[in-house]
Amino acid sequence: MFAESNSDFPMSQKVLLNATEINIALNRLACQLIEKHDDFSKTVLIGIQPRGVFLAERLKTLLETEYKIKNIQLGYLDITFFRDDFRRSGKPLEANKTKINFIVEDKNVVFIDDVLFTGRSIRSALTAVQSFGRPLEIELLTLIDRRFSRHLPIQPDYRGRQVDAINGEKVKVCWKENEGEDAVYLVKS
Amino acid sequence: MELSVNHLLGIKYITEADIQLIFETADHFKEVINRPIKKVPSLRDITIANLFFENSTRTKLSFELAEKRLSADVINFASSSSSVAKGETLIDTVNNILSMKVDMVVMRHPNPGAGIFLSKHVNASIINAGDGAHEHPTQALLDSYSIREKLGDVAGKKVVIVGDILHSRVALSNIFTLQKLGAKVKVCGPKTLIPKYIEKLNVEVETNLRKALEWCDVANMLRVQNERMDISYFPTAREYSQQFGLNKAMLDSLNKEIVVMHPGPINRGVEITSDVADSKQSIILGQVENGVAIRMAVIYLLASKIKHNED
Repeated sequence: MFAESNSDFPMSQKVLLNATEINIALNRLACQLIEKHDDFSKTVLIGIQPRGVFLAERLKTLLETEYKIKNIQLGYLDITFFRDDFRRSGKPLEANKTKINFIVEDKNVVFIDDVLFTGRSIRSALTAVQSFGRPLEIELLTLIDRRFSRHLPIQPDYRGRQVDAINGEKVKVCWKENEGEDAVYLVKS
Repeated sequence: MELSVNHLLGIKYITEADIQLIFETADHFKEVINRPIKKVPSLRDITIANLFFENSTRTKLSFELAEKRLSADVINFASSSSSVAKGETLIDTVNNILSMKVDMVVMRHPNPGAGIFLSKHVNASIINAGDGAHEHPTQALLDSYSIREKLGDVAGKKVVIVGDILHSRVALSNIFTLQKLGAKVKVCGPKTLIPKYIEKLNVEVETNLRKALEWCDVANMLRVQNERMDISYFPTAREYSQQFGLNKAMLDSLNKEIVVMHPGPINRGVEITSDVADSKQSIILGQVENGVAIRMAVIYLLASKIKHNED
């Protein structure tokens, strides 16, 4: 049903997850987080800018409304100035807002991003978060884990769905609040 | 988005979009320099030479801090302690430094146009940190950035620049920046210190300080540059301060709260009294903090245009 919603889209795309499947995955991820982090009193969530923020917001709302966990701390981390491809990529790197109103010292930090691909963003995030203190532990949660595409030894602790995609393909995650629908597409160029 | 230029030689040569991009980037760096750890690794493979052929304290410190917060390697050069005193030319000096694989040059020079000249002859990105009485672009950018921060926007605001306009590169760069951003600009000072061509820049001249202050939202009080004055432009510092100095009594007697700025260093008691400089309406120390963020933004944006493989 979603594949045809963008009929004028020049590239072919197929649905990896529809709205229901995303909802199930989000609930499962929320439960897995509760299993490990209990009441979140020693835990902070950090959404990686720009696309991880939607997923992080969604999980926070879910944990607060469905699972009645209060006072979850959520921050946004921008990694632009920590990336290792400065001056190497064709287009200039544009920064987003970092908003972390708490100290991560001695906290369990959960990085949240939509797609884990090469692992380079997460490596940059590991460096960037050090500016805010020394966390006790850092975990990684991603909605989509692209297998066999890592450039670095980085793996998620919580994953929504594992996907095999070849290099020319792109995984596109859409959110209701931004793109008007909840869906994950595999886009072939 | 990227800058339309490869060098920052003056505000005259950049566009409004460039200025907005610098401001937006500076917003991010302002957040960075307020973190517990104030450093990012972006420029770790860039080397920057700070060439100061003229004295400077805060501009040099501000640039050096900005470079270090971006993790660039920094080399410093001051003409007083160098071979320039032995008669070496500017191009020779700079080419010698560039042979050490420098990517970017921040230069202050007493001659107007020194940066432009250099950019035509050497293969490095040039940032003008003040060239004689011509331009001082990063100072003007941080001034407008501070106005934007304090008043929300620069467009439509009324700004008066008070003091020694004739010898001031800060005044000229400020006029260009403010006009590009849509602000209205007046200058105010003794007639001897107002350049004759100023009206060609669409800038009105006001010789009465009170009238100028009643008109404006922001007053930028420039320093009296004694070191550049070859003749007497006004009788005494006391007389200057009586006519063009800003004191607390005058500030309080205005029917509105204006913002007071000063690019530093302050001659306390000449262009501005101590109680005004330290008052709530003064954003002088905010300007200094913003200076680091603005310079980080300029360096970052210019460095991102240096292609990696051309090293």
